[in-house]
Amino acid sequence: MADPATLLPLLLLAPALVVVAGLAAAAGAVTTGGRPGTPAVETLRLLTKQRRRTPADDPLLARIGLTVLPVAAVLALAVVPLGLPGTGAPVDLDVGLVWFNAMEVLAWFAVWTAGWGPNAATALVGGYRVLPLGLAYELPHMLAITTPAIAAGSLDPATVADAQHGLWYAVWMPVAFLLYLVSTAAMAFWGPFAAPLGRDLAGGAAAEHAGLDRLLLRAGRWMLLVAAAAMAVPLFLGGGAPPPITGPDPFGGPPWLWVGIKLLVVLALLLGLRRLMPVLRMERFATLAWTVLIPLAVAQALVVTVVVLL
Amino acid sequence: MTLLVLVAALGLVAVVAGIGVFVADSMARATFLLLASFVAVAVVLLAFGLTYLGVVVVLMMTIEMMIMVVFMVMLMMNPAGLEPMTMVHNRRGSRVIALGVFAVLAAGALLVPWPTSAPAPTTARGTDLMGPQMLTMAVLGLTLLAAIVGTVALSVSRGPARGGGR
Repeated sequence: MADPATLLPLLLLAPALVVVAGLAAAAGAVTTGGRPGTPAVETLRLLTKQRRRTPADDPLLARIGLTVLPVAAVLALAVVPLGLPGTGAPVDLDVGLVWFNAMEVLAWFAVWTAGWGPNAATALVGGYRVLPLGLAYELPHMLAITTPAIAAGSLDPATVADAQHGLWYAVWMPVAFLLYLVSTAAMAFWGPFAAPLGRDLAGGAAAEHAGLDRLLLRAGRWMLLVAAAAMAVPLFLGGGAPPPITGPDPFGGPPWLWVGIKLLVVLALLLGLRRLMPVLRMERFATLAWTVLIPLAVAQALVVTVVVLL
Repeated sequence: MTLLVLVAALGLVAVVAGIGVFVADSMARATFLLLASFVAVAVVLLAFGLTYLGVVVVLMMTIEMMIMVVFMVMLMMNPAGLEPMTMVHNRRGSRVIALGVFAVLAAGALLVPWPTSAPAPTTARGTDLMGPQMLTMAVLGLTLLAAIVGTVALSVSRGPARGGGR
């Protein structure tokens, strides 16, 4: 740790994630018919506004939760192999996938406390919507993360990425890849899964937050979405290896460049999801998850396990 | 020495946050403090080099706290929990039980002759559970899952699952 060269990626991680999340938010604004500059303008606007207090609120708890959201996104990204020198990840952790999942789950807590803090009905209902959402998406998400780990025989994302030489896991286990994309959008309570911040609740968990509080919630969500999308690259898309999907690599190029290009593709898929689907009601998504998505995820994991064992 | 100081500090955080659970008058604060206490314990495990165990504790405890919130909404008198509440009931009885359990556990920790060759017994236990007894563990896991699904199915008397959805 004493070598500054090893610390540099860690120090740059948070600003880099903020920049990419800002770009993703700009693209998201364009796909919904807004201007690309909207996120930047919105950030400056929120930074100049005052925070809002409500009667008998709990600002301390709400702000702990709101701060946890972007911090958890940075900590989740820290174990994702981004094609850096060495093993590729800013922090090399042999149980990186479990760490990644643990950091993601902190978002449940963050949104719930953000909704709780203001002591207001719409915010509270919005915060509570995260719980059925989490109970619905988390098991397919865990299984979708575990399936590549089973195939590679490791919980280290770098090892999983390296194990895909010859065939990307997106082709080998397409169901797990699709489930990962859907559950990633749900984990970042984004697109069809944005019910916790729903318009029907006048903004839900974000309704009573203004200024920096609101910025933390909205920016934290984009950072979380980008961090989770980045993990799809080593898990399913061959990490820093160039295309094509099978056979030897005809293209050269540094791994970080390919990770970046693949990350853009995954983000484009996630942005497209919002164009395809309206916001789902939590009870419908919970039913869908427990009757369709979880059995699908278990079947995919079973197929991969059997093939690996044979 | 650094490790000892670190672990002592984290243990103190865990205990203070644990006490805070019973001092806080808000369900959300109590939940947060309990999670903070568990996370401090997880960092102790990480400090001892038990990476997987420590990370899993963070993962499971966060989910568990949030599921506990779901149960509070289902079972508590003030469902949303906005009213002030207390986590302390039956003060005298709970004191006796808590001190009794603490004494038994502390006595166990001090009196049991711990094996000196550190990794071997742990490995033996793991091999025993996951080797010859693997079938037992697998059946146990399936039975627990069936029990959970069965309980939920029995307790759902209406709602979408029984065709009563809107």
